Amino acid sequence: MSETMAELVGFDEAIARYDPLIGLETHVELGTVSKMFCGCPTGFGAEPNTQVCPVCLGLPGSLPVVNAAAIESTIRIGLALNCSIAGWCRFARKNYFYPDMPKDFQISQYDEPLCTDGWLDVTVHPEGAPPSQLRVEIERVHMEEDTGKSLHKGGATGRIHGADYSLVDYNRAGIPLVEIVTKPIAGTGSLAPAAARAYVTELRDLLRSLGVSDVRMEEGSLRCDVNTSLAPRGSGSWGTRTETKNVNSLRSVERAVRYEIERQAAVLDAGRRIVLETRHFHEDSGTTTAGRSKEEAQDYRYFPEPDLVPIAPSPDWVAELRAALPELPAARHARLQSEWGLSDLDMAALGNAGALDLVAQTVSAGAAPAEARKWWLGELRQRANTEGIELTALAVTPAQVARVSELVASGGLNDKLARQVLDAVLAGQGSPDEVIAARGLAVVSDDSALLAAVDEAIAANPKVAEKIRGGKTAAAGVLLGAVMTTTRGQADAARVRELILERLGQH
Amino acid sequence: MPITRDEVAHLARLSRLALTDEELDHFAAQLEVIISAVARVQEVTAEGIPPTSHAVPLTNVFRPDVVVPPLGAAAALAAAPAVEEQRFRVPRILTEG
Repeated sequence: MSETMAELVGFDEAIARYDPLIGLETHVELGTVSKMFCGCPTGFGAEPNTQVCPVCLGLPGSLPVVNAAAIESTIRIGLALNCSIAGWCRFARKNYFYPDMPKDFQISQYDEPLCTDGWLDVTVHPEGAPPSQLRVEIERVHMEEDTGKSLHKGGATGRIHGADYSLVDYNRAGIPLVEIVTKPIAGTGSLAPAAARAYVTELRDLLRSLGVSDVRMEEGSLRCDVNTSLAPRGSGSWGTRTETKNVNSLRSVERAVRYEIERQAAVLDAGRRIVLETRHFHEDSGTTTAGRSKEEAQDYRYFPEPDLVPIAPSPDWVAELRAALPELPAARHARLQSEWGLSDLDMAALGNAGALDLVAQTVSAGAAPAEARKWWLGELRQRANTEGIELTALAVTPAQVARVSELVASGGLNDKLARQVLDAVLAGQGSPDEVIAARGLAVVSDDSALLAAVDEAIAANPKVAEKIRGGKTAAAGVLLGAVMTTTRGQADAARVRELILERLGQH
Repeated sequence: MPITRDEVAHLARLSRLALTDEELDHFAAQLEVIISAVARVQEVTAEGIPPTSHAVPLTNVFRPDVVVPPLGAAAALAAAPAVEEQRFRVPRILTEG
């Protein structure tokens, strides 16, 4: 398989001449403990072929039986995505000849998906521009089973192309898989890459809040195929689409759309045509290369699965599941924003920093929203950036941040001391109260102790003291600095200032 | 609806069956007979009767989400034609380069 490096058109230039149309197909492995049609366990990372049985190996005489929890999860996903739930639908056989399914077919849904016609509102955060809202229409949500995993042997790159043979592990074959397909998303222009990323992010958060999947892109429990096509600007006549697979991180979703826009623009500019094909995304280079052509692969000869009876969710069951849905991320976001009184930009900053949950937990633990936000986006984000880790990986809990914030609010700590306390907590020296006790870190607001330091500072700086006596109260800062030095930063600065002015007759 | 020789060739390719020209002619004729026999069903007046995919009028046959002990790798691989690294070894998947 040889493909010369594709020619690209610069992104801005491509967008100036073409409108992008994107569509996303997302596969989610459900978090059920057993498989879709048999009782085999579903744990990730087990030894090869230790989680298989006659049903998922497709042995003769075995029959599938539907996992009730998988249907329930899929209906809940459909409801959360504002879909209609089918009153009656069937599974279908998708026939094909890859050995990743031992049956030579995959049980899926074809023309009768369980959920149809929904939508998901997402907030797009383009770099260097204000966030904008986008409603992504959902075409369908359907059930299927995951396939086995192949290792390709021989050949240069471990890829299927050029391999001499393959080794298959069927542990994953038969794990319940939900496919969520968007309608084509038009009109996003230069925001198309960011919009694709925002959709997958919002969908991931939604699925996580439903508790239906662990949505780990790096482990493949959330996988994304990105469809891209272009139309000459304003013409509305869309070219052929490509389907990019193997897009395994949120960042890659954005990069894959961007790359395909740049590549397709170059192909169209050269007067050539886009071929309907599957393309593979390469994480290392951020590029895509051609996979199998869709024309050859399309004849799946779907037909209703004769080994399974139809699914007919009763309206009562659907109503019950709808009533039991948890608060979904968009609603929670809106509620927190109104409770905290933050602007859209503030909320976007929290979201981008991955700090929304941390701030929410810190507020629940008693901190004021503004304070919680300040600590996580300021001091703590700096530490996380320095160490190159996520905020959630810092060795401090929201409850500990709330405690520090409470001590600052009550005057027990000033900001400088609070930072020292957090440093010690992050270094594993114990809880804030333990650190304060061990180091004797507390704001000194006892007047007798402060007065001694104030008098000392006045005596050491007679000229400054004279200025203040003469009415130049701004000069008090010099004496305040001296007091802070002698008290190793532990003095209550506001009180010290008052004492200085009092001592020098300015009160 | 007659079935063409080309359609039989296409189905054979999808099913990875290598048929000779004589076999294609032979099966095309046979399938033609089978399909026209089955097509007689369409002569029955069936207005208002939805097509069925299952002989038993049941819906919602579910199992609870409970783990059943799997086969174990040794038993699972016992009948495999070829095994390597505790996996099923299969011939080259893509024939083209």
